[in-house]
Amino acid sequence: MFARLPEAAATATISVIIDGKSVCARAGDSVAATLLAAGFDRCRTSPVSGAPRGPYCLMGVCFECLVSVDGVGNRQGCLVLVREGMRIETGAGRRDAAR
Amino acid sequence: MPSKSAECDVGVVGGGLVGSCLALGLARVGQRVALFDEGDGAVRASHANFALVWVQSKGLGLPEYAGWTIRSADAWASFAAGLKEETGIDVAYERPGGFHLALSEAELEKRAQELKRLHNQPGMVRYATEILDRRQLEGMLPQLGPEVVGGSFCALDGHCNSLRLHFALKSALKGRRVRLCPDHRVERIDWEGGAFNIRTRGCSLLAGKVVIAAGNGSMQLAPMVGLSAPMRPNRGQVIVTERVQRFLNHPIVSVRQTDEGTVMIGDSQLEGSDPQKMTMSVNQAMAARAVRIFPILARLNVVRMWSGIRVMTQDGFPVYDQSERCPGAFVVCCHSGVTLAANHALTLAPMIVAGRLDPVLDPFSARRFDVCQAA
Repeated sequence: MFARLPEAAATATISVIIDGKSVCARAGDSVAATLLAAGFDRCRTSPVSGAPRGPYCLMGVCFECLVSVDGVGNRQGCLVLVREGMRIETGAGRRDAAR
Repeated sequence: MPSKSAECDVGVVGGGLVGSCLALGLARVGQRVALFDEGDGAVRASHANFALVWVQSKGLGLPEYAGWTIRSADAWASFAAGLKEETGIDVAYERPGGFHLALSEAELEKRAQELKRLHNQPGMVRYATEILDRRQLEGMLPQLGPEVVGGSFCALDGHCNSLRLHFALKSALKGRRVRLCPDHRVERIDWEGGAFNIRTRGCSLLAGKVVIAAGNGSMQLAPMVGLSAPMRPNRGQVIVTERVQRFLNHPIVSVRQTDEGTVMIGDSQLEGSDPQKMTMSVNQAMAARAVRIFPILARLNVVRMWSGIRVMTQDGFPVYDQSERCPGAFVVCCHSGVTLAANHALTLAPMIVAGRLDPVLDPFSARRFDVCQAA
């Protein structure tokens, strides 16, 4: 569904881990952009209805792209830039506050 | 005697929790009801509530208020079941018992003294609020911070989902064909030939009876029909976190976790009635205290904060009154629109239909304010 613009190919490749699988990202990508480019169109389920959710506004207001980043739950994926080796986990329902 | 030309049996002025519960109670017993409300820009105390159905500590200075509160809390389960049956909406009422928590021995002692004064009043309804020590609390509140030394517990306390309460009430009113008049701020009420002419900008409606349930706005409206509602509104602030898995099974007076997982923090009392104001230092103090009570809260993201107005009479107790000059006019003003919701729908509405408040409500007449100020 999503493809990178040709000029983005020039930026450095880094690798992150999404749900235990190694995925290629580009330096400067947000976590949400990495998810979409890697084909993850759903990153969590609603804690109220259980409906699947995916990145939407990509600018920090809709709170749809919540994922766990390096063990911290409910980070807004669109506001976090990827780093080499970052561990990203998609989620289901409510965050465990102890994590 | 109602005029022949009255277009409805009862006009309810105010579409918040109090007005909506009364309108529903009236419609359930077959009354034709019109419900007047302001527009979306109105100052709405009902939309800023903390959703507690709360008993402990209420009634110091007016013990009858404790009895009235318990009556509503005891009726809440059947009130919630009725809403579910009528609308299919579950307002998530739970009654696991609630706490006040103390962060020092001095706080705990002060709390114990307050409760002793409350329960020692003549005419006070008998129920238990226990002082528990830290060891007793630990079994009930697993995430308790190390600074909590004890607290008070009352098994009669509970809470609900207030967003769904609003939704359920509006759905029930529509289902009962209550005439809903949003964007109709009531400007005048005139008693004309045995009926009440309720005037909004550009229109008017004749009602056989009128109930003023307009929150702090009741202060202006009540004198038009020979009633009074001396108000002294105040402001409170609430912090709301992201949704997390249930860790808190009991409401604390200043911290509760909703059925959908958010944590609400709020126990501030500020002067003033401008809900646009937000005092950040107050939120900092509330958050800091909440984190000392439950350290796990420090890990959570805050997603919203708001400031809201409390409907508060001059002595803090409800006003329930009926007009001598204009029979059929009533005023209903209170802070605890959630806690008292069951009473308003199930007990008060039938009294209004009968045209006479029951003597059980005599202590809540605004006549209590008509005393000479001593020098």
